[in-house]
Amino acid sequence: MPEEEGTRSESQGAGPATDPDADLLARLRQGDEDAFRTLVTEQGPFLMRLVMMHVPSRSIAEEVVGDTWLAVLNGLDRFEGRSTLRTWIASIALNKARTRGTREGRILPFALLRRRYEEGGGPALEPERFQGRRGERPGWWASPPVAWEDPESQLEANETRDVLLKAIRDLPPRQREVIALRDVSGWEADEVCNALDLSETNQRVLLHRARSKVRAALEEHLKPEPEGQPR
Amino acid sequence: MNRRDKRMLTCQEMVELVTDYLEGRLDDASHARFEEHVAECDACTLYIEQMRETIVALGHIPPESVSREAEEELLAAFRTWRGRTA
Repeated sequence: MPEEEGTRSESQGAGPATDPDADLLARLRQGDEDAFRTLVTEQGPFLMRLVMMHVPSRSIAEEVVGDTWLAVLNGLDRFEGRSTLRTWIASIALNKARTRGTREGRILPFALLRRRYEEGGGPALEPERFQGRRGERPGWWASPPVAWEDPESQLEANETRDVLLKAIRDLPPRQREVIALRDVSGWEADEVCNALDLSETNQRVLLHRARSKVRAALEEHLKPEPEGQPR
Repeated sequence: MNRRDKRMLTCQEMVELVTDYLEGRLDDASHARFEEHVAECDACTLYIEQMRETIVALGHIPPESVSREAEEELLAAFRTWRGRTA
């Protein structure tokens, strides 16, 4: 359990020394264009990557990110510094991506079927991968994980990156948001909880489902050619 | 090890605990049982290794570049915003 939740200090008492955002924030509020340019240059590419995992196309992502920055500017005076600046910006972006996703008529087919798995329901792997009650060793692998071929160079390849991105897009929204922030953006658990307003346990359950499914997608992609086929 | 109440974890259970394990959220007893299973099961060792590799691969997805135009538009929007609040 995190002892303190990040930067919980309300703006009045917190000096610039304790809050890394304070200086930037003050300059932004004064209308300092360089400060805004710095923020956009630093956060822009990460924000684009984050949003692109949640909307169907690059052009829509650009719109969502643009809207996000406008919302950031208009919300600057109300921002209380209860989370870090980047956490706050990301949660605005994800909110906008969420609304946009709904408006675009849903990226995913089978949305209804998937909803079942939404908040952590459903197993990490299909039950058929394990031996049933009558098996020799119930609950042990029936169909064990397949070794990946040459994982290191494969994982670097563009094709594999596309598989990862597709696997992420196919996840239910909450799982997608958690894995995008935790594993792709490299955020700590408590920061993700903060941005998505999740409990630590819930965050972990969503992360677990998401990682399990992405691993399964990689397994499918990286497994050796089926037997009987010439190499 | 053949005590009934302390039966060994199954692979199916391991698969559901792997994130708690990797996140360091298993209590000592569960942690020990988890590792006891994995020590004996090559398939689960491979599974955990693949989970780790998945996480590493996810961390290597590069950021997306922002187009010049988009950046210019934003700066223009910033000036408008500044004009409005000044």
